Amino acid sequence: MPFEFTAAEKQQIDALISRYPQKRAALIPVLHLAQARTGLITAEVVHAAAGVLGLTAAQVYEVVSFYSMFRKAPVGRRHVQICTNIACMLRGAEDLVAAATRRCGVDVGETTADGEFTIEEVECLAACGTAPVVQVNEDYHENLTVESFERLLAKN
Amino acid sequence: MELFATKNFGKPEALTIAGYKALGGFQGLDKALAMPQQAVIDEVKKASLRGRGGAGFPAGVKWGFLPKDNPKPRYLAVNADEGEPGTFKDRLLMEGDPFGFLEGTVISSYALNVHHAYVYVRGEFFKARRIVQDAVDALYKEGLLGKSVCGSGYELDVTVHPGAGAYICGEETALLESLEGKRGEPRIKPPFPAVVGAFGCPTIINNVETLAYVPWILAKGADWFAGYGIAGEGGPKLFCMSGDVKRPGLYELHSGANLRELIYEHCGGIVGDKKLLAVIPGGASSAPLTVDEIDVGMDFETLKKKGTMLGSAATMVIAEGRCVVKILARTLKFFHHESCGQCTPCREGTGWLHRLMERLEHGGEPDVIRKDMGLLFGICDNMVGNTICVLADAAVMPTKGFVNKFRGVFEAHMDGRGCPLHRDAQGHP
Ligand SMILES: Cc1cc2nc3c(=O)[nH]c(=O)nc-3n(C[C@H](O)[C@H](O)[C@H](O)COP(=O)(O)O)c2cc1C
Ligand code: SF4
Ligand code: FES
Repeated sequence: MPFEFTAAEKQQIDALISRYPQKRAALIPVLHLAQARTGLITAEVVHAAAGVLGLTAAQVYEVVSFYSMFRKAPVGRRHVQICTNIACMLRGAEDLVAAATRRCGVDVGETTADGEFTIEEVECLAACGTAPVVQVNEDYHENLTVESFERLLAKN
Repeated sequence: MELFATKNFGKPEALTIAGYKALGGFQGLDKALAMPQQAVIDEVKKASLRGRGGAGFPAGVKWGFLPKDNPKPRYLAVNADEGEPGTFKDRLLMEGDPFGFLEGTVISSYALNVHHAYVYVRGEFFKARRIVQDAVDALYKEGLLGKSVCGSGYELDVTVHPGAGAYICGEETALLESLEGKRGEPRIKPPFPAVVGAFGCPTIINNVETLAYVPWILAKGADWFAGYGIAGEGGPKLFCMSGDVKRPGLYELHSGANLRELIYEHCGGIVGDKKLLAVIPGGASSAPLTVDEIDVGMDFETLKKKGTMLGSAATMVIAEGRCVVKILARTLKFFHHESCGQCTPCREGTGWLHRLMERLEHGGEPDVIRKDMGLLFGICDNMVGNTICVLADAAVMPTKGFVNKFRGVFEAHMDGRGCPLHRDAQGHP
């Protein structure tokens, strides 16, 4: 899939670059910007990011591979990220994982055939006081029960 | 209990400059800008404000490490990468009172003669990042940031920088690498960031909560702040309470607050009125306290003497009936996942400990388990002190702590048949 930054994005990128004494520092914000449109970081995105920042593709790849939020494969329209760290585990996260995999018919780490859901277990989301917590795309859902979680998944 | 850093929580007007001001905001900033820069540093030093990101280093002392004669620009990096399991205060501070810690950021930048501060916000925090960015934009618009902060002639830029999902970027030198657009791999120290930090320039790194209290020190005075906590650890303090308590959540008390009171009075006791089994007082990196050890002050020095640490004051409460092997296994899964992999003892050690605890909890070859358990403390000792950053130590502290304090539970798992709590009356898994 060919990828190019749009004129508007290029303007945003120039604004980002102006915030740092070194161009490379804008790399992570630039990758976020690209991924917000493409859904994942493809080889084309890597080359485009390297191009606008004057980096080698390798310098971009090593960053993409380090950070968990830069996606190497597509995810479903709803990326269901269930925190299973201690506080959430104590408050029923395992039941939420079971409910999600049952409801969606896929295992943790998989995407449903219709491309709607990807189910993932994640580390502490810094919402332990309102555990258990699930992040769906950008939004947190706190104090979940199996019932309220199933309702959330059932909504379109 | 009077509230300070959290007093604006739940008030929507705190998200606007006018509202924040009407709620009493910017008094600290006004005072600071009328003082010589060194006097602001001295005030913070006198307040005995200890860093709230985990290590508890005195903020004023750290500020003093900036070289006086270095002609390079200097930076302030605000650590908003909050990822220590159990911790949720910084996210709530940013979402609930963004101008509070930003006021602290401006005061601190002024004191340190910094002209550009970077707020490194954890990648997953989309909402907090939007709120903080909106607040920063508003501060520029009203002349509290930019060429002349409040008409004082002092120039300051603030940039909100996103992370991208990596716990290790909370470690201060990994944060700097990440800010520079690189992999978040901790640097070898020295040189310390105060001398060679972001972009090769002197840099101070402070936690969001640390900075959120700076305006209070200026507004109410260092003596007030120092006297509010315990000797050497000034001020109000946030406690992140989670796990098996009736009322989990964020509590603003004072440093040195009693742990038993936190659990039984503030949090209303244990869910289902069960008995208490253990408390993890300072995030996943800290060793647990047993039920006999909770009459303790929640401050850096006291908990250190008890063989654990206050860390980020992320207090996870564990009720009777829980399996500590399972909790430790989950903790080690975290550290194994988050090791950056630069140092062999950490990369291999966290994986070894994680696999061993998984085998204990879920069952495995008894000979392998017994052999590994025999090696356990040796593995730990080879990790501690032998790595670039202290993530390896952070994995060892809960491991040794849980095994030492709950030896019987670990021994009961050693027959290779998995957790005894998950066996039937005949002892079958
Ligand atoms: C593995 C690791 C993770 C850390 N994560 C954080 C974090 O998420 N937030 C934070 O403020 N400090 C974190 N720290 C501590 C920082 O390195 C640093 O001490 C702190 O940000 C300094 O600010 P303070 O003095 O105001 O506490 C972490 C340290 C280590 C070793
Ligand atoms: S101790 Fe672990 S996390 Fe820290 S630098 Fe070494 S490998 Fe990376
Ligand atoms: S353990 Fe789930 S949000 Fe912290």
